[in-house]
Amino acid sequence: MKIVVLMKQVPDTYGERILDPSTGLVDRSGSDAVIDEIDERALEVALSYKDAHKDVEVVVVSMGSTAVTVGLRKGLAMGADSAVHVLDSALAGADVGWTSTVLAAALTTTGFDLVIAGNESTDGGGGVVPAMVAERLGVPHVTYLESVQISDDGVVGERSTGRGKLRVHAALPAVISITERLPEARFPKFKGIMSAKKKPFTVASLGDLGIDPAVTFAGVGRSVVLQTTKRPARASGKKIVDEGNAGVELADFLVAGHLL
Amino acid sequence: MSNILALIEISNHGDLEDSTPSLLAAAAKLGTPVAVVVTAPGAGAALVDHLGRLGAAQVYLAQGEQVGTFLVTPQVDALAAAVLAFDPGAILTVNSVEGRDVAARLAARIDAGLVIDAVDLRFEGTNVVATHSVFGGAYTVESTVEGGPTIVTVRQGAIEGQADAVAPVVTTASLGSETGRSAIIDEVIDNVVVSARPGLRGATKVVSGGRGLGSQEKFELVERLADALGAAVGASRAAVDAGFVSQASQVGQTGVTVSPQLYVALGISGAIQHRAGMQTAKTIVAINKDADAPIFDIADFGIVGDVFTVVPQLIEAIESRSKK
Ligand SMILES: Cc1cc2nc3c(=O)[nH]c(=O)nc-3n(C[C@H](O)[C@H](O)[C@H](O)COP(=O)(O)OP(=O)(O)OC[C@H]3O[C@@H](n4cnc5c(N)ncnc54)[C@H](O)[C@@H]3O)c2cc1C
Ligand SMILES: Nc1ncnc2c1ncn2[C@@H]1O[C@H](COP(=O)(O)O)[C@@H](O)[C@H]1O
Repeated sequence: MKIVVLMKQVPDTYGERILDPSTGLVDRSGSDAVIDEIDERALEVALSYKDAHKDVEVVVVSMGSTAVTVGLRKGLAMGADSAVHVLDSALAGADVGWTSTVLAAALTTTGFDLVIAGNESTDGGGGVVPAMVAERLGVPHVTYLESVQISDDGVVGERSTGRGKLRVHAALPAVISITERLPEARFPKFKGIMSAKKKPFTVASLGDLGIDPAVTFAGVGRSVVLQTTKRPARASGKKIVDEGNAGVELADFLVAGHLL
Repeated sequence: MSNILALIEISNHGDLEDSTPSLLAAAAKLGTPVAVVVTAPGAGAALVDHLGRLGAAQVYLAQGEQVGTFLVTPQVDALAAAVLAFDPGAILTVNSVEGRDVAARLAARIDAGLVIDAVDLRFEGTNVVATHSVFGGAYTVESTVEGGPTIVTVRQGAIEGQADAVAPVVTTASLGSETGRSAIIDEVIDNVVVSARPGLRGATKVVSGGRGLGSQEKFELVERLADALGAAVGASRAAVDAGFVSQASQVGQTGVTVSPQLYVALGISGAIQHRAGMQTAKTIVAINKDADAPIFDIADFGIVGDVFTVVPQLIEAIESRSKK
């Protein structure tokens, strides 16, 4: 079985995340670029299945700038077998439509039985790319999974919607996305880091994937940013140290603000 | 005025979801609201009057046996058919798990541009312009779609007001049975909320607890204060991970974003990812033992103290006031 994990590079959420007001795009120089934590969890789902099923091949795929290399190498060091990096200057500012088209093309070249993605990225936060990829590939999707069981012919799991939980299944090939209810990823071990250097690492351009933006995206709606404004930072107010009366003082504060 | 399709979400019990008034209000801001309702055969007609009261000028009832069994694809098929029937100026779904799934597959199918998590909408010429609140409200961004149809997912409850009531024109259509590409729903595990507490999304007051509460038993203090204030219960990811409270209560970057009148953070350090979900609250109150906790940087009223002594005193003060 071949499992492909989609991994996206995002600005580290522990740093300040900056939008460039002139382009409306994420300023990737403003914070460290890391592989999104949720995508590492997605890789963990694939690797733990591989731990128990030796015939499983795991491929990590990412579309992004040159900085993606580091993240994909980490994926290889954790235990993925090969990596594909889609790198093309024409992709700067790609929206979810472009991104999903390109990822679907990459998946067609790698081949797959199961695609595992994160439910939503921490920068775009769209939570739509996996289902879009599934539609383009003509396969079922099950997104936002909180539990997953993979088998040779399908995938079963639970997903929460606003109104409760659903137990769902899909036949393979399929695309799934997982939530942070699934376990954190393993750390790469020294042996893994060493062997990662010898694993296949493909860099593909749009041309390599058979995509000519002027043709492929003709007549396709594209979302674009018109304007970006930074909100003023929030200031802190009153701070007291409890000396036995803070609960009462807080009640008075709430009364004064008509919050009681 | 152009037609604006709005995919209506229906509860497991067949009623309209709470997101409906706001979604139809959003549609009415842009044009003539067309409610698209996807149900098992015969189940949709009962909703028509209610949709009319909420401003749906037209109701498109798409019905099929597969609704409820096939995940998301019946809704995508229904909207795709409605797009042909109504030639809409925009297609709106709720920015929920299901709404995003439907919007995603539909955008890929009809080559539409997809705009996600709008908090406001307007037309500028022939373009729909959406407003977004990004990175936990740190930025306001406006976006639009160029060169193709527009699909927008609208944040739950973000757009207020209500469209004028009308008597809707109803169109009924049956869904084809093409199903090759769908996942299957095996079971609906309906966790009906038994609590009388307000829901987190859209709540005017929220009391959240973090790892500082220490245990599931002691997290009850958060619930007691919430009840005294008539507030919803929230939590940090650390509190959810520790099993103090269910995932649905998580506030933050990967949880719910709230913007209440009052947000009370108990035993929460205020990590940047938590702040991303609550920093647009009107008034923020924080109680934390650690004077250097970052939550104090954004608190209007901060108390350096132990939640287990301050909060019981606060509850008592609130209760003695209400008895007066
Ligand atoms: C990709 C990503 C996404 C994330 N998404 C989210 C998210 O959506 N929401 C979220 O909350 N976090 C999120 N996090 C996690 C976040 O980084 C923090 O780990 C988390 O918010 C910490 O929760 P906490 O404040 O409850 O715990 P801690 O940071 O451990 O803080 C506990 C606080 O309680 C105080 N305390 C202890 N005992 C008492 C007492 N008796 N009285 C008063 N105070 C006391 C301590 O001083 C401390 O400040 C995310 C992280 C990542 C990497
Ligand atoms: N540029 C990308 N490269 C690889 N995977 C991606 C990319 N963008 C999105 N994804 C995948 O889609 C998931 C959801 O992303 P999004 O729809 O942007 O929130 C991510 O967690 C990734 O698994």
